[in-house]
Amino acid sequence: MGNKYLIFLGCAIPYRVSAYEISARKVLAKLGVELVEMPEFNCCGLPLDPVSHETMLILASKNLALAEQQGLNILTLCPGCAGTLKKVNKALKEDKALKEQINAHLKEVDLEFKGTVETKHLLQLLKEDVGLEKIKASVVKPLTNLKVAEHNGCHILRPKDIIGFDDPEDPQTLKALIEATGATCLDYIDETECCGAPSVGVSDKVALALARDKLNHVKQVDAQALITICPFCHIMYDTNELRIEKMFNESYGIPILHYPQLLGLAMGLTPEELAFNELRVNASKILKQITQGANTQ
Amino acid sequence: MTEAAANPAQTREQPIKASEIDPKFKYELSKIHGSEKILKCFQCGTCTSDCPVARYSDSYRPRTLIHMAQLGLKDRVLNSDTLWLCAACFTCTDRCPQDVEVANVIRVFRNLAAEKGCFPQVFKEQAASLIETGYAYKIPELRIKKRESQGLPPLPKGNPEKVRKALKGVKFIDGIQKPQGEKLSGQ
Repeated sequence: MGNKYLIFLGCAIPYRVSAYEISARKVLAKLGVELVEMPEFNCCGLPLDPVSHETMLILASKNLALAEQQGLNILTLCPGCAGTLKKVNKALKEDKALKEQINAHLKEVDLEFKGTVETKHLLQLLKEDVGLEKIKASVVKPLTNLKVAEHNGCHILRPKDIIGFDDPEDPQTLKALIEATGATCLDYIDETECCGAPSVGVSDKVALALARDKLNHVKQVDAQALITICPFCHIMYDTNELRIEKMFNESYGIPILHYPQLLGLAMGLTPEELAFNELRVNASKILKQITQGANTQ
Repeated sequence: MTEAAANPAQTREQPIKASEIDPKFKYELSKIHGSEKILKCFQCGTCTSDCPVARYSDSYRPRTLIHMAQLGLKDRVLNSDTLWLCAACFTCTDRCPQDVEVANVIRVFRNLAAEKGCFPQVFKEQAASLIETGYAYKIPELRIKKRESQGLPPLPKGNPEKVRKALKGVKFIDGIQKPQGEKLSGQ
């Protein structure tokens, strides 16, 4: 199937995180990854899993069956979508009775799950298909002097037996990808901790307290930006940073960047091309530093 | 649902009446996909001590919920609002020494509670959006139109009709659709 993927957007990205999609598409084009658009896809199913596991199974397998018709593997930008599609693919392949039960539903819409395609998240694709060397080679403006922190998020790492391409207790992939841009990736306490986003709407108090502690830890190591690879984690920090500052009387001013925005800058793409204007937390300070750094080189 | 109203630490302190114990509950759970291994839990507490939500919540304790289920306190577990605080980060699942798949057990509790109609409003909104658009978040028309000016290809069709057709017979979805249908026929 080569470097050709069906792109699966899910709900959250087209809903309110378009900068992630814009920057990811630009960066992938530069790296020679071909994205194929789907005429039809629906929600991956994950948001409904808490109330109805069966709904999730049917929605995920419907998407997988649609991709199977195209004979192409799936690329997602959202770790939640990737995890769900991987999990359901594995579960139905291993459990014949479950597969039959779900296929009875898919038959209603003339589809059948066969289990012939795989799903990868952007991070896994960059690591396994593109490779660090090619990414390093694509860098024309190394982001030397920029010190950032990473936030992986949960679903890109756990549950380990389903996701499996990185160590959830000591993840290395995002760190290596950040350092490939020339930037320094700082370590901080509780790096792998949840952002709290799934608790929003059930208890904002708990969710915001989680995000606040993360931002405090990122601030403690003097990171100039926090790098995410998940639309929900990004919303949690970028949209809520000002709210958290007010609520807890804190001051951060830490811009939250989608990883492809960071990589795009290093590839020589402009902040406009990478939709920096969509970010809530102003990133002009680091952008200025990057442009000045490039001028002096 | 408020967190204060749902403190299992408080409900746990209430004396247990023999009449509220459902001794078969744990065996029922051990037959449901996701909670098969609930009987293996020996209450070590790794799940609660490693839970990022438990650290910030006065009430959410996965070990307590599993213990209550093992004891047969079915109604207390399923009526507990704190069930809904789990962020599904799967830290407990990855670290459980007994491989209980704690996050999946919590999901089974939630599914059973939802079947009884006991679940937070946010899921009702997402299910309604799913049935109407094929996406769990109702993507504003403006956003869909804006894609073109942003240089993005059109959004894949959610095809809600097919989604509804594929989901036919799913208890939860039927339950969500029913009240709307009743309203319409009454108009």
